[in-house]
Amino acid sequence: MSRLPRWLVARRLVQVGLLAAFAWAANAGAGHLLRGNLSASVLFDTVPLADPFAALQMLAAGHVLATTALVGAAVVLVFYALIAGRAFCGWVCPVNLVTDAAAWLRRRLGLHGLVRLPRTTRFVVLGLALALSAALGVAAFEWVSPVGLAQRAVIFGLPAAWSVVAGVFLLDLLVLERGVCGHLCPLGAFYVAAGARPMVRVAYHDDRCTACMACHKVCPERQVLAPLLDPTARPDFVAGGACLNCGRCVDVCADDALTFTLRPPGARPARLPLAASRRHSP
Amino acid sequence: MQANRRRVLQGLAQGAAGAFVGGALWGGFLRQSRAAPTVLRPPGALADEADFARACIKCGACVSACPYDTLRLADLGEDAPAGTPTFTPRQVACAMCVDIPCVRPCPSGALDRAMQDIGAARMGVAVLDPSTCLSMQGLRCEACHRACPVIDKALRLEYRHQPRTGVHAFFEPVVDPDHCTGCGQCEHACVMDVAAIKVLPRAVALGRVGAHYRIGWEDDAPVTEGFRQGPAPAAADEAVPGLDYLNGDPP
Repeated sequence: MSRLPRWLVARRLVQVGLLAAFAWAANAGAGHLLRGNLSASVLFDTVPLADPFAALQMLAAGHVLATTALVGAAVVLVFYALIAGRAFCGWVCPVNLVTDAAAWLRRRLGLHGLVRLPRTTRFVVLGLALALSAALGVAAFEWVSPVGLAQRAVIFGLPAAWSVVAGVFLLDLLVLERGVCGHLCPLGAFYVAAGARPMVRVAYHDDRCTACMACHKVCPERQVLAPLLDPTARPDFVAGGACLNCGRCVDVCADDALTFTLRPPGARPARLPLAASRRHSP
Repeated sequence: MQANRRRVLQGLAQGAAGAFVGGALWGGFLRQSRAAPTVLRPPGALADEADFARACIKCGACVSACPYDTLRLADLGEDAPAGTPTFTPRQVACAMCVDIPCVRPCPSGALDRAMQDIGAARMGVAVLDPSTCLSMQGLRCEACHRACPVIDKALRLEYRHQPRTGVHAFFEPVVDPDHCTGCGQCEHACVMDVAAIKVLPRAVALGRVGAHYRIGWEDDAPVTEGFRQGPAPAAADEAVPGLDYLNGDPP
């Protein structure tokens, strides 16, 4: 793979750029491109944005949010649900930088995790977050969120939160592969549920696929690629909310069998005809 | 089939056990950290700390808007829950900006963004330690009094006789909680190694008068219904009022 991994580069630019914009507004004061942080912010001094999962927890905790935060949460939710899917996890969340680094190092060193958990664990954590919010009257995940801690550590310069970032890295590297983003994070689970049928999807061109499995090696949610090579499924795009539209598979595919595409929101994958047989023999 | 059902049941039990253990630890941490009785909040914050903790979305908008870097977001391991805004008057006190820029951008309702009068802020209340206050030793200081933005209302000096010399006075700083905003300028200005006047959350520092007490000598104090309609006292025909009653048989 000698080509420029352009989606990876774009993603890193967006992730770092967002943090930089927040940090600039928070510390330099002026320059109100994007003010606040990932919990709640204002774009161009006009468009309110807010974390819809934080808003949901606060509603469960019994706080009726002010209109600004409610509108902001709705804007963000509609954007991901209709257009971008679970792109928050791959394109915005700073923890993705950490867990991707852990995954990269784990592959380089040939390490394996210590424990295994089902991917559905994150929905249990999601349920717990809402239940605890309701029971204790505070937004339960927001009080412990590595996402919140990491972004505030960068934007507002809070040193102690870095220990949690280090913890996330070590957990992903040595204990549970793709542990935080793929198994535990309830915010990720929220976007898995919310971004199940968005417009932006990764299309599969089976006539070009050689089943080299390069995409499987890099995919953070490997299970979403499994139907592509399943003769009983054969979808024309990578479906499901777990795909975070990170584009790593698009980057590493040497045969251009995977490309970003736009579908109408709510579209389900069409089944590819068996006639268009692959060049490989499985 | 049996083995399959067994595996499903085991999976459910494992999930429930994991959720219980995780929930107990997580909930325990939340209980521990939401009890933050000593934390000072920005102006216009919901008065009850529990309400504020529920309402703050931890976006830091108030912190960014504070022109004096008074407000900051709490880091992990502080008294305040991580990510919530607080301030430490001994380091930087609240400047009580008349336009209250910190409350304006609050998106969640944790701060009253419509607040107009910074004098109505109740971030805390100043409390004096007379045992270390210079003025209370009979020396001249009054640094706190001079620093108070609501001088002579929130913090006034009361002159009291100083018996050691007999000719001097104590200039006692007296806080009026009805006017103190809790900005902390007094605590910041105190010349002692550790401030002899400190801002504490009002819920920590202040008591509350029972609802049945009537401060009858204050003009606007409500008077208990029917209080003055009791039987008129018997005419005082005794030489010394009350003497008969005191020397009579107990009822």
